[in-house]
Amino acid sequence: MNKPMDSNLIFDKSRSGRRAFAQAPAKSATSGIPESMLRTDKPRLPEASELQTVRHFTRLSQMNFSIDTQFYPLGSCTMKYNPRACNALALLPEFAGRHPLGPVSHGQGFLTCMFELQEMLKDVTGMQGVSLTPMAGAQGEFAGVAMIKAYHEARGDHERTEIICPDAAHGTNPATATMCGCVVKEVPTGPDGDVDMDALREVLGPKTAGIMLTNPSTLGVFERHIKDIADMVHDAGGLLYYDGANLNAILGKVRPGDMDFDVIHMNLHKTFSTPHGGGGPGSGAVGVNDRLLPFMPIPVVGSSEVDGETVYDWLTEEDIPQSIGRLSGFMGNSGVLLRAYVYMRMLGRDGMQRVSEYATLNANYLAVRLRDAGFELAFPTRRASHEFIVTMKHEARAYNLTAMDVAKALLDKNYHAPTTYFPLLVPECLLIEPTETESKETLDNFVTAMIEVATAAKEGTEFKEAPYTMPVRRLDDVKAARQLDLAYRPE
Amino acid sequence: MPFIPHTKNDTKEMLEAIGVDSIADLFDEIPPELMIEHLPHVPHAMSEMEISRLMRQRAKVDGSPMCFIGAGAYEHHIPTAVWDIATRGEFYSAYTPYQAEASQGTLQTIYEYQTMITELTGLDVSNASLYDGASALAEASLMAVRTNRRVKSGCVLLAPGVNPVYEQVAAAIAGAQGLTFERLPQDAASGNIDFDSLPEGREPVAVVVQQPSFVGTLDDVDRLTDWAHEQGALLISIVNPTSLALLQPPGQWGEQGADIAIGEGQPLGVPMSSGGPYFGFMTCKQKHVRQMPGRIVGRTTDLDDNPGFALTLQAREQHIRRSKATSNICTNQGLMVTASTIYMSLLGYDGLVHVANTSHANTVLLADGLCAIDGVERLYEGPFFHEVALKLDRPIAPLLTTLADRDILGGFDLTPIVGVDALLVCATETKTEADISTYVAAFADVMASGNA
Repeated sequence: MNKPMDSNLIFDKSRSGRRAFAQAPAKSATSGIPESMLRTDKPRLPEASELQTVRHFTRLSQMNFSIDTQFYPLGSCTMKYNPRACNALALLPEFAGRHPLGPVSHGQGFLTCMFELQEMLKDVTGMQGVSLTPMAGAQGEFAGVAMIKAYHEARGDHERTEIICPDAAHGTNPATATMCGCVVKEVPTGPDGDVDMDALREVLGPKTAGIMLTNPSTLGVFERHIKDIADMVHDAGGLLYYDGANLNAILGKVRPGDMDFDVIHMNLHKTFSTPHGGGGPGSGAVGVNDRLLPFMPIPVVGSSEVDGETVYDWLTEEDIPQSIGRLSGFMGNSGVLLRAYVYMRMLGRDGMQRVSEYATLNANYLAVRLRDAGFELAFPTRRASHEFIVTMKHEARAYNLTAMDVAKALLDKNYHAPTTYFPLLVPECLLIEPTETESKETLDNFVTAMIEVATAAKEGTEFKEAPYTMPVRRLDDVKAARQLDLAYRPE
Repeated sequence: MPFIPHTKNDTKEMLEAIGVDSIADLFDEIPPELMIEHLPHVPHAMSEMEISRLMRQRAKVDGSPMCFIGAGAYEHHIPTAVWDIATRGEFYSAYTPYQAEASQGTLQTIYEYQTMITELTGLDVSNASLYDGASALAEASLMAVRTNRRVKSGCVLLAPGVNPVYEQVAAAIAGAQGLTFERLPQDAASGNIDFDSLPEGREPVAVVVQQPSFVGTLDDVDRLTDWAHEQGALLISIVNPTSLALLQPPGQWGEQGADIAIGEGQPLGVPMSSGGPYFGFMTCKQKHVRQMPGRIVGRTTDLDDNPGFALTLQAREQHIRRSKATSNICTNQGLMVTASTIYMSLLGYDGLVHVANTSHANTVLLADGLCAIDGVERLYEGPFFHEVALKLDRPIAPLLTTLADRDILGGFDLTPIVGVDALLVCATETKTEADISTYVAAFADVMASGNA
């Protein structure tokens, strides 16, 4: 990767009086606003030419790893190829320019896509209703737990305040339960990666609101007792929440609804390939079964027949009076939803199944190749799902090669690092998710790189100061937190 | 196979390496009764050419009407370079910058964004963004509770001009943790806060004011900020970033300034796109930074003592703190922040002043034109920025439908919110004098013909 030619901020290019003149409207007006309300200082925004600005941000982009430039096996994040057509078609001028409060008479094209997206997502999840409004996975989780709470409360069952999470769960699960005013009960995982059933039995009771599960779990294995878990939780009066983070593993093969989940959120930026964008926007559509249908977040797209034609419209408070309410200013990340819609139409029903098939093939192939090269799998007796875990605990002890060292060493070999130190219960872990869009050659080359790192460590090479070829070396995180510098303030 | 590179031979070799006969064998740990054969309600695949044709047809159905609606989302010119650069694969297809050394582009962009948005709002620190303006109010309210621990009421007081949808969203999200939202009294003539009948003894944890208000008016934010602080409350401001080119920034309101500023970032280079993806911004005073939700980027140094950027203060976040995190938020709206940073860089302060001034002037022109028509008058007296409420002598909905038939989106129907026949209109810098004349003439025509 290129070292930066200069590490300047955009502000370093500023000269008083310079700007991108083509970007300002010609007319300036005298203000009808009283002087006392007007701004008197001049905020420090950049004063740069259009070329300087374009060059600056183009250069910054070149200081990123991305799917378009590197293999990015970041476990749990499903970093698959984001087809370019999805972006271009979502940004057609009529779609990009449509005002969210514009009349449905000028939105039937957009609403048709949204309605069909809801229908497709119902089918792939096995659910009876879908609301597209949550703006990210974490907000989908919030919607799901809020619906579970609303369900119990609507039945007069006010004591159900406990949400059960496995110890391997994503951090968002317990954080979401807290945001919903619930108490978190953690259950441990057994040695084979499945939930400890005895421990689960013990925490279930009259206070159980529900359980949040990811299946396949964050450990990269399918929870084999899912039907028993569902029966136990339902018998105790609780509901089941499916964290859709790992939906890519089972797309078109197994449906959360058939596993007796009551509610699911989907990460459209994972399974349905909308861009991760350097950390968002996400999109966390939720699917529900009949039990939770009355509580869906609004708005939802509905359809009706008018003079023999199908007309699409928004369903709001009046149509879904028990709804948990609105979670966004309008209807969520609609432009992301359009991208997911285009992706799903290009895959079609067979393509959906191929996603999980080849994601699983790639993960199992990579796991076996790494195992055969001497790396230790965290769950060697289990089939990998779309991802798997390598533990570096042996190498850490024997050669002082930690998971973090491997991550940083891989950057120098032009690979993005796998997810490190998550899930927390596997020591020195690397969570590796290749996705279905990577070729066999890429996986083979990655194995070679891993072997090279391990071999070098055995021969005494230390990676404590890697990477060496990135725009910066390892950064001082302690200094970043102690001497907070969160904005440029030259004085 | 769309987006899957495997040849038949690749698949065969890979299955052999694993030691299974078929891909189906890889699913052998899943109870067979759970497996499905196919997805009956998902259509068959379309090629890129076919889906392109379909999407273009649907886009054409929606058309490109002339838009005079604001009400929380605003049509502004977006320089071509903004999305040309933001959709470069290196920004578009990267993830959250956990591996800082391989993410300096995204991290430095966020740092520059944090600088610009704090400059605009006049506050000390910013996070890397939230989902949108409405959900930012929920996060700001929860943050106020964590910051203002002395106050136990859980009561948040909203100025009359706060967007009613923001209140609904904040209640849906923060209500789950026991927060309640109440409105301050409204002065009928100005539409602003009635300072003569402010409530006593409510012990609010926070007071929220939106400037410009949802109905376009400008409130006495200095007085309200001081009142909030006298009550022991934090002052949360909701602001339109374009307006901050002209209006006093929240950090300078009253004696001590607002504590937290939030708002919808969409006007800064993000297309309206039927409501999203947008981004919510949040800035605050330095002393509240540890209660902020979301990602924050800091500048530090590397092993060679060169400057570099990293996520910081992560001990607040869900992936570390789990059930004790400041929020469950994980992703922010990274790509939208990248776009807005490029937008603000291209415009600079002078460019933003031009946009704000022209939007204001156009809305004055539009209001004058419409108020010259019989049966139309201002709903509230007093100054406005780029949005103004008009009172009509007849129902709004049929009027808007007739205008929409002429491909003019005439504004936002305020009737359900204010209880009288009223319309909220907005004319940004994207409108020419000819556009405004076209709208005024159509409006007059519809009013005169009695079609509305």
